[in-house]
Amino acid sequence: MDNTPAPRDTPRSGTRLDSYVDRYAARTAGMTASEIRALFAVASRPEVVSLAGGMPNISGLPLDVVGNAIGDLIAANGPVALQYGSGQGDPRLREQICEVMRLEGIDAHPDDVVVTVGSQQAVDLVTRIFCDPGDVVLCEAPSYVGALGVFKSFQCDVVHIEMDADGLVPEALEQAITTVRAAGKTIKFLYTIPNFHNPAGITLAPERRPQVLEICRRHDILVLEDNPYGLLGFDGDPKRALRADEAEGVIYLGSFSKTFSPGMRVGWALAPHAVREKLVLAQESATLCPPSFSQMAVSAYLTTHDWQGQIKQMREMYRERRDAMMDALRDYMPASCAWNEPDGGFFVWVTLPPGIDAKAMLPRAVTARVAYVPGTAFFADGFGSGSMRLSFCYPTPERIREGVRRLAGVLEAEMELRETFGAGAPTRGLEGRSGYDAPSSDLS
Amino acid sequence: MSGDDVTPSGTTDGPTSAPPGRQVLVLAGGLSHERDVSLRSGRRVAEALRGSGLEVVERDVDGSLLAQLREERPACVVPMLHGETGEDGAIREVLELLSVPYVGAPPAACRTAFDKPVAKAVVARAGLDTPESVCLPHETFRELGAAEVMAALVSRLGLPLMVKPARSGSALGCSVVRSAEELPAAMVGAFAYGDVALLERFVEGLEVAVPVIDDGSGPRALPAVAIRPDGGVYDYTARYTAGSTEFTTPAPLDAELTAEVARVALTAHEVLGLRDVSRSDLIVDADRRVWFLEVNVAPGFTETSTVPLAIQAAGLDLGKVCASLVQAAVARSSPQE
Repeated sequence: MDNTPAPRDTPRSGTRLDSYVDRYAARTAGMTASEIRALFAVASRPEVVSLAGGMPNISGLPLDVVGNAIGDLIAANGPVALQYGSGQGDPRLREQICEVMRLEGIDAHPDDVVVTVGSQQAVDLVTRIFCDPGDVVLCEAPSYVGALGVFKSFQCDVVHIEMDADGLVPEALEQAITTVRAAGKTIKFLYTIPNFHNPAGITLAPERRPQVLEICRRHDILVLEDNPYGLLGFDGDPKRALRADEAEGVIYLGSFSKTFSPGMRVGWALAPHAVREKLVLAQESATLCPPSFSQMAVSAYLTTHDWQGQIKQMREMYRERRDAMMDALRDYMPASCAWNEPDGGFFVWVTLPPGIDAKAMLPRAVTARVAYVPGTAFFADGFGSGSMRLSFCYPTPERIREGVRRLAGVLEAEMELRETFGAGAPTRGLEGRSGYDAPSSDLS
Repeated sequence: MSGDDVTPSGTTDGPTSAPPGRQVLVLAGGLSHERDVSLRSGRRVAEALRGSGLEVVERDVDGSLLAQLREERPACVVPMLHGETGEDGAIREVLELLSVPYVGAPPAACRTAFDKPVAKAVVARAGLDTPESVCLPHETFRELGAAEVMAALVSRLGLPLMVKPARSGSALGCSVVRSAEELPAAMVGAFAYGDVALLERFVEGLEVAVPVIDDGSGPRALPAVAIRPDGGVYDYTARYTAGSTEFTTPAPLDAELTAEVARVALTAHEVLGLRDVSRSDLIVDADRRVWFLEVNVAPGFTETSTVPLAIQAAGLDLGKVCASLVQAAVARSSPQE
């Protein structure tokens, strides 16, 4: 704690252990070591029930089928698969992507698809071509931590829009647009995850979808529709995409990370023609091209395997895990907690009793061998301390139950502590870490 | 030294009859809150030892460790485990049970040193200055009423004051409290890392870290490292984000103070019964008084840690220093002629 001059008044001539410390771009602000990220290192240990990471559960994938498809791919098309490819992406895969999107009511042409390195890169490319420092991006409250990290790195101002049980609140969206513009700021797009939201687990109600589109159309706001979980609903047919009803005002992002393999790192953007042209150029400047091998492997998988049947199996597996988490939450958590029941995807959003700070509680949870992501990670403005995201995608139902049991014990102890020191005790260190304080599996 | 030097001739057998191997086993990771730091320290020490010609294996601590220790009988274990298990003496107790040579202080000394209030009491009895402090468990606040207890603490220690978990490292759970209103949150932050908190009078001054090493020829203090974090507080972010703290080695102290911080670190090392390596964290105030804050029995060796800086400033090679500590540990476990 150095607040006074050194006992001997000598000029400072020390080292900062970083030769480039004065040269980094301003956008690296916040890219620092963090206690929270360090705690996630413990969560990777098998003793810890991690309800933190958003890692897809690929245990049911037919590895023999995948292996054979990849073997055949190399045998038949190795020189192409191991070579650079088109910046826009493999033409055959783009056709297949259009078939996938048709399940959500989207009628698209392969020429309007740009393949990306996961949909995470699509968020990056869209932000890159649209946003200057200080531009506003509208996001749900809360929003995907990986997207917030991108927006932060491009020095955007994130304005969060209220959600309720039916998703984004149209009136709040309208109000935010008015307020931001009245402040003289430029809104570049609305970033939204309409289905099985990460982290909130909420789905935008059907009747609200046209309302959101209408508001954005009227205010000339581009919509960035991020839909990685759209095919992982537990009930009924896939929800109709926003893009299905609005071709010009929506950029749609999709991914094979949740429906096939996150390791392939294949996602895509479907964009209006002019935007697509810029995305391709941005893609080429960023990576030259998306990886040929991964694209062709995904294409081979889609061609040779009943991928829709596989997704159905995944849905059942995730539904079983969701049910286990719901049962455990009901059985163990204090009555003063609240949570939603997601009908798809990976996540449950838990609202904690008043005065409980999920970020401050995390060390205690790690000591008890359970991990979650504090809500503050999903807000750009320091909010969210009274909430946490629990993921049910990866652990077995038995482990989920055990994890929630441990978490409930931690919560009881924290409530007692808060009661001792005053329920409203503010906690330190809430600032400045949104977009980064999540396990690496959320940022890949 | 070469790798062949590590295995002493005629090393005693432990509980098993397997002959000791030549590998040095660096333990890193574990389940403490400092796992990430430990992994980085372990990696750096392992690389340094390899650079000195030793055969080194890195591994985590888990349920298969004891079986491996019995089966492979490493020449020496280097426990680079920070936080509980690593620094509270537990893992070293197990190594003692298995008669596996290891670098570092024995279990009892670790238990004393890792517990900040106990360590402060020990060094105070030896005549060292350490800031006035009060150590209280969570239950005390609950039973007696937090508001009353906190008011008494502020009255006794004044403001600002430091709040720390009694047993932790890397500044996890530590806060500087500058107003009474900040104290409840700081207490909650400290209790997140353990059930006992240490509240300590805040001493303004220059923060210095003074490593002590003993490669068999007696403990000696390395050059003090002055620490000036950009944000004024040497917290987790300041410790492990390269560029966010300025380190000056040797610390800008005159000869008298340089000798004094060395004496304090050596005294702490000795009265606490430490061995091989330690790092004392001290404050030099404006009146040239040196205050002992705490001592680390498994100090960090990460890219932003102070011990490697001090080794470099002493004109020593990190790999050779680490190897000499291994050598001393192995020699210590050899049968006496």
